[in-house]
Amino acid sequence: MNVNRIFLFLILGSIAVLASGTIDGEIVKQELNMSAIVMFLLFVSGTLGITYWAAKRTKSAKDFYTAGGGITGFQNGMAIAGDYMSAASFLGISGLVYLKGYDGLIYSIGFLVGWPIILFMIAEPLRNLGKYTFADVASYRLRQTPIRTLAAAGSIATVILYLIAQMVGAGKLIQLLFGLEYEIAVVLVGVLMILYVTFGGMLATTWVQIIKAFLLLSGATFMAIAVMAHYDFSFGSLFAHATELKGIEVMSPGGLVSDPISAISLAVALMFGTAGLPHILMRFFTVSDAKEARKSVFFATGFIGYFYILTFIIGFGAIVMVFKNPEYLDLAKQAVSGGYPILGGKNMAAIHLSHAVGGDFFLGFISAVAFATILAVVSGLTLAGASAISHDLYASVFKKGKADGMSEMRVSKMATVALGIIAIFMGIAFEQQNIAFVVGLAFAIAASANFPILFLSMYWSKLTTRGAVIGGSLGLATAVLLVILGPIVWVQILGNAEAIFPYKYPALFSVTVSFIGIWFFSITDNSYDAKAEREAFEAQYIRSQTGIGAEGASEH
Amino acid sequence: MNKVLVEKIKNNPDYQELVSKRSSFAIKLSVAMLAVYFAFILTIAFNPSALAAPLSAESVTTIGIPIGIAIIIFAFVLTGIYTKRANSEFDDLSNKIKQAIKED
Repeated sequence: MNVNRIFLFLILGSIAVLASGTIDGEIVKQELNMSAIVMFLLFVSGTLGITYWAAKRTKSAKDFYTAGGGITGFQNGMAIAGDYMSAASFLGISGLVYLKGYDGLIYSIGFLVGWPIILFMIAEPLRNLGKYTFADVASYRLRQTPIRTLAAAGSIATVILYLIAQMVGAGKLIQLLFGLEYEIAVVLVGVLMILYVTFGGMLATTWVQIIKAFLLLSGATFMAIAVMAHYDFSFGSLFAHATELKGIEVMSPGGLVSDPISAISLAVALMFGTAGLPHILMRFFTVSDAKEARKSVFFATGFIGYFYILTFIIGFGAIVMVFKNPEYLDLAKQAVSGGYPILGGKNMAAIHLSHAVGGDFFLGFISAVAFATILAVVSGLTLAGASAISHDLYASVFKKGKADGMSEMRVSKMATVALGIIAIFMGIAFEQQNIAFVVGLAFAIAASANFPILFLSMYWSKLTTRGAVIGGSLGLATAVLLVILGPIVWVQILGNAEAIFPYKYPALFSVTVSFIGIWFFSITDNSYDAKAEREAFEAQYIRSQTGIGAEGASEH
Repeated sequence: MNKVLVEKIKNNPDYQELVSKRSSFAIKLSVAMLAVYFAFILTIAFNPSALAAPLSAESVTTIGIPIGIAIIIFAFVLTGIYTKRANSEFDDLSNKIKQAIKED
């Protein structure tokens, strides 16, 4: 059977799943939101069309991993912003602003400030040295097998943790918005994501990301303008009204970061974690050269910063229009616990606001955009995870660099399907679990294992394989251990009385362990290999600085 | 890249200029970003009331809000400053280096 026939079959299959799901939704007496479903179907059919177009252009491994290296800086900036503006950050941060006001802004700033550092330190050497994954850079002058194995472990751990958070979020959101069963929603996301990635590779993933980023930014802009229009575009009167409803506390820092250690640790996790996320790093190989890579970060920072300013306005908009509004009040919950709980919890604040400012039609639009956001982020993650499996583990470790492009691409498609199935099962298994720790753990691992190895491989001539492997593993183990012993897992999930490790964010400690470990085990490494690795730094540094010998865009 | 070429590029004055200028520029901008961000986050940790001061007597808007928004804009402006200089001056230098290698 040829690719196109399989493709058509899968599209029809997934539409059938969606259609049957909507009927199920009616049976369980969820409100059926027709405009949401129509807009979502439009998005899905449009993106599947793009996937079909991209599938015909994805012929080589390079096309599959990097869209042929021909994405422009502006497009890539938009796609990076799309990767970063997940449903968790849209609904989560606007929900945090809704609940705590100013604290939401502190959180968004932490997520943003890693980007300039990525531009100044990481983007160019990464583009100049790498080909498909960040492990290409980390293992440039070090021994392939141990470094690739560790980098792949760090990537896959980050990707799977992130996937769990996205899948559970997707299931709950879709259940609430579209009236679909949780399991059907999770399967639907998994199937669509597998379609985008296996058939369309990076080209389809990039365009799905760009379209979603555009829709999300437009929708959020409309909401923010609608809110501001109510107050004649005066922040003063918006804030005045919000404080009347919620008190003056919403205007100043609350309890989000209470002690200096937690504050610094959160900052370290967000900054270095962002610079160690495999799906973000991979995006830098889709552009033709260092010039476009820099532009990517410039545009991405602009879009992300703008988006965070919008979510701040949206959160305050929800305070004035959703809070205490009888239409969105969860009466059942209020009867039990009092206060003014909203339907679906605080993360639904932005969704309710979309209804308050734009009625059923706009609610449908924002719901469809939220779903599209999850789909796009999940696709980017899976592609990064699949590349770690096929490019780092299969081609470099298992086949010792002797795999041809075609078999490597086949393995990465199989890995995509496998990751999609894992994501579906994990999404279903974690439905009732407290998943508050997973994204934090993903960032902690990225910051403590991926980032130190990548950064030191670029800038520190004395780095050796032994140092990188031992230090990186220690960082990874410390991050995992401290999260398990910390307040969320040890107390909230395992039910112990007191946390052994008192802080919610382990990054300050695990990143320090990682850097010290790498430093110590590198400088004490007197092996013959270590000497050769140090001598190879100069040539690597020249390439990282000038781009001489770097991978170019493929010809089409 | 062979040893001869490495030595040649290393001794190329344009290469030395590129590396020293870019490193110092990138470090300065990184320090600026980190200083601003850590000043903000440590103020929140040690003295949150400093950000809770209202802008004027009759306003509820606190000084923390324009400061927060300004940090977001600052981050974006820094990326713009770096990109502009790197895409012109630094890229010209690396093109000169590439040209010099080709000519020999």
